[in-house]
Amino acid sequence: MAELAERTEVMTVNIGPHHPATHGVLRLVVDLEGEVVKDLRPIIGYVHTGIEKSCEDKSYWKVIPFVERMDYVSYFFQMEAFCGAVERMIELEIPPRAKYLRTIFLELNRIHSHLVWLGTTALDLGAISMLWYCFRERERILDLFEMATGQRMHTRYFQVGGVIEDIPLGFEAKLREFIADMPVRVGQYQALLDRNEVFLSRTKGTGIVSRERLLELGVTGPLLRAAGEPWDLRKAFDYLAYPEMDFKIPVGTVGDNYDRYRVRVAEMVESTRIVEQALDALPEGPFIADDRKYVLPPRSELSTSMESLIHHFKLVTEGYRVGPGELYYAIESPRGELGCFVLADGSAKPARVHFRDPSFVNLQAFRDMSVGSYIADMICSLGMLDPILGGVDR
Amino acid sequence: MRSRQLRARDMLRGDLEGEELERYVEERVVMTNFDKMLGWARSNSIFPLTFGLACCAIEGIPMAAVTARYDIARFGAEAGRASPRQADLIILSGRVSIKMAPIIRRLYDQMLEPKWAISMGACSSSGGMFSNYAVVQGAEKFMPIDVHVPGCPPRPEAVLYGFTKLQRKIQGNPDQGWRARYGAHGTEEWARGGPRGEPSAEAAKAYLAARELIVSA
Amino acid sequence: MPDAPGLELIRGEIEQDHPGAVLDTGFEHGCASLAIDPAHVLGVLGWLRDAPGQGYRFLSSLHAADYLPAEPRFAVHYELLNRDRVERIRVKALLADPGEDSLPEIDSCVELFPTAEFQEREAYDFFGIVFNGHPDLTRILLPEDYVGWPQRRDFPVGGEPVTFTYNERNYG
Repeated sequence: MAELAERTEVMTVNIGPHHPATHGVLRLVVDLEGEVVKDLRPIIGYVHTGIEKSCEDKSYWKVIPFVERMDYVSYFFQMEAFCGAVERMIELEIPPRAKYLRTIFLELNRIHSHLVWLGTTALDLGAISMLWYCFRERERILDLFEMATGQRMHTRYFQVGGVIEDIPLGFEAKLREFIADMPVRVGQYQALLDRNEVFLSRTKGTGIVSRERLLELGVTGPLLRAAGEPWDLRKAFDYLAYPEMDFKIPVGTVGDNYDRYRVRVAEMVESTRIVEQALDALPEGPFIADDRKYVLPPRSELSTSMESLIHHFKLVTEGYRVGPGELYYAIESPRGELGCFVLADGSAKPARVHFRDPSFVNLQAFRDMSVGSYIADMICSLGMLDPILGGVDR
Repeated sequence: MRSRQLRARDMLRGDLEGEELERYVEERVVMTNFDKMLGWARSNSIFPLTFGLACCAIEGIPMAAVTARYDIARFGAEAGRASPRQADLIILSGRVSIKMAPIIRRLYDQMLEPKWAISMGACSSSGGMFSNYAVVQGAEKFMPIDVHVPGCPPRPEAVLYGFTKLQRKIQGNPDQGWRARYGAHGTEEWARGGPRGEPSAEAAKAYLAARELIVSA
Repeated sequence: MPDAPGLELIRGEIEQDHPGAVLDTGFEHGCASLAIDPAHVLGVLGWLRDAPGQGYRFLSSLHAADYLPAEPRFAVHYELLNRDRVERIRVKALLADPGEDSLPEIDSCVELFPTAEFQEREAYDFFGIVFNGHPDLTRILLPEDYVGWPQRRDFPVGGEPVTFTYNERNYG
């Protein structure tokens, strides 16, 4: 029997690209020794859509719906990264109301993204009812999006210069209802998971990567914060209405999967607080800048002003031109630093649009998280990594 | 109620005879053929493959449509199967890249007959907005599709509507398109045809054959 | 952000160790950038990372760009970040197009910044820029047998035109 016990063999297992636990079409080639992961290689590109190439073929205002479809769970962030980059290139200041509205929608989108993450990850760990609870709240957020923008996903709400429309009547009341409910709901999620023995033993102490290693690997977002590094672009850089908001950055201590879960759940509460403050302080005034060279004139002016009609025609047919230059603009998405690089060559179409997607960079840490652990913990780590494959592959 | 029970008892005892028995049978027995019954059973117990590609997966069968508000269990398809060998419906929820297309075809080939496919959203139906080097312009280029659901992404209601259309198709009674409903034959658009827009010979032949099938059904 | 004079200071200090490394400095839209000679890329990146007073230890993003009509044609951009001072600087390594049959080459910075591994593979995949010393330089997003470098400006977007009867009849 001694002979048998010593004989080990490394087995290579292919997981995906179609696998229910990989959160999309991620393929993993895993070297297993028994149940222990020895090595691992993620193979990506199965939803590579060529969005960056398509963007080069579209005028600036037509690029917005394309970039939204990269990371399809946090679409408002993609819009903000692109619109913010273009606004900085043409040096267009957006009005305060637009800043606050954008902040509200970004934070609602952050809650939405974390809800999708929590539902699916808990489902992977066997807590199936979490999916139902999380998607209940997600539907309420989507109702809010639909009310303001007309679409549930991929709303194309942000424009260069502001937002496309003001929030409708009744939106505020509905949003306040949601704000009042959300902390209670988060408490319910925690009540379901925090004392769940299966969930605790699968998350606590698994997938630990040190803070230094995470920084080397370029990991940002909740993963980095769970390892104890309070790095958040919302605090570090000055964009939108975040400097006026009072919120905390949840930070973990150990950097295991449990910390990642706690950080994200705490972020949902903080985001709710930001939404509430932004709604309280929402200034009156225009929701989009008044620069006719870049912003469509309001509909009512078209029938009275010839000049507006000409501007409208120019903007819709050719689009606006952006002077030569290049810019990298980064914001904090639910998964970390979302950067948008825009290279303009002076024409009405960008010469290059590149997104530094946090899922793509964070995925490099997956090997460090999983090697040496059990294959079941690998699935848990993948869920806690929260990659959105549309963002990874673009 | 009481009298029906009494008549049923009489029938079981063998007391009913002649015209009375015939009327009893006519009232109570549904005559159908086996195919129809099978279609009815199949269409209400579909096992979809839990398969998500991109954006539409968040709104479609893998996620939103199974959750409480939309609840696809009403149509008997809540039991998602992770293995293609147990599933009989594949929903292409998202854009099909050139790298993914052979894998989707392989999954489809692994599914057991009878099998159906729904193409959810603009991307998998036609390539959608992504007309570029990386995306297959429509999943129909490499596999048969039964129902196309438009939208980018379609709402969960739209997916469920497409799903009910598929159920009608499985029952052997597919909903006809608007041309059949409104008698609008002859308004078809032909991408490649003769100089005055008339269909090319092989397209016309294929069209007439398809129409023959629909009319005879 | 280092402003325009600050950039000149950085340029002067780099020139001491790596003469001829910095080709140009630029400051636009609040973003500082250094255009460098690709032969010195590791030296400059290492200096910006480790030199006292610099400390750009975090590589936010690595991406390539194609400035087609201009010469040199390609550039690899390194978006460096100093998290203590919250400052960004962009290093642009300008690469000339070596012609049809060969690919532009640059040294890989995976040793300095492990985060560059995937991003260098992506730049190789889309632009055909070879990173010497990269541990596994293969295509990452496209199929392994794909031919061509799709995000170069002279690569066609692809796809299919949408044809309509009317257009076909009158113009086709």
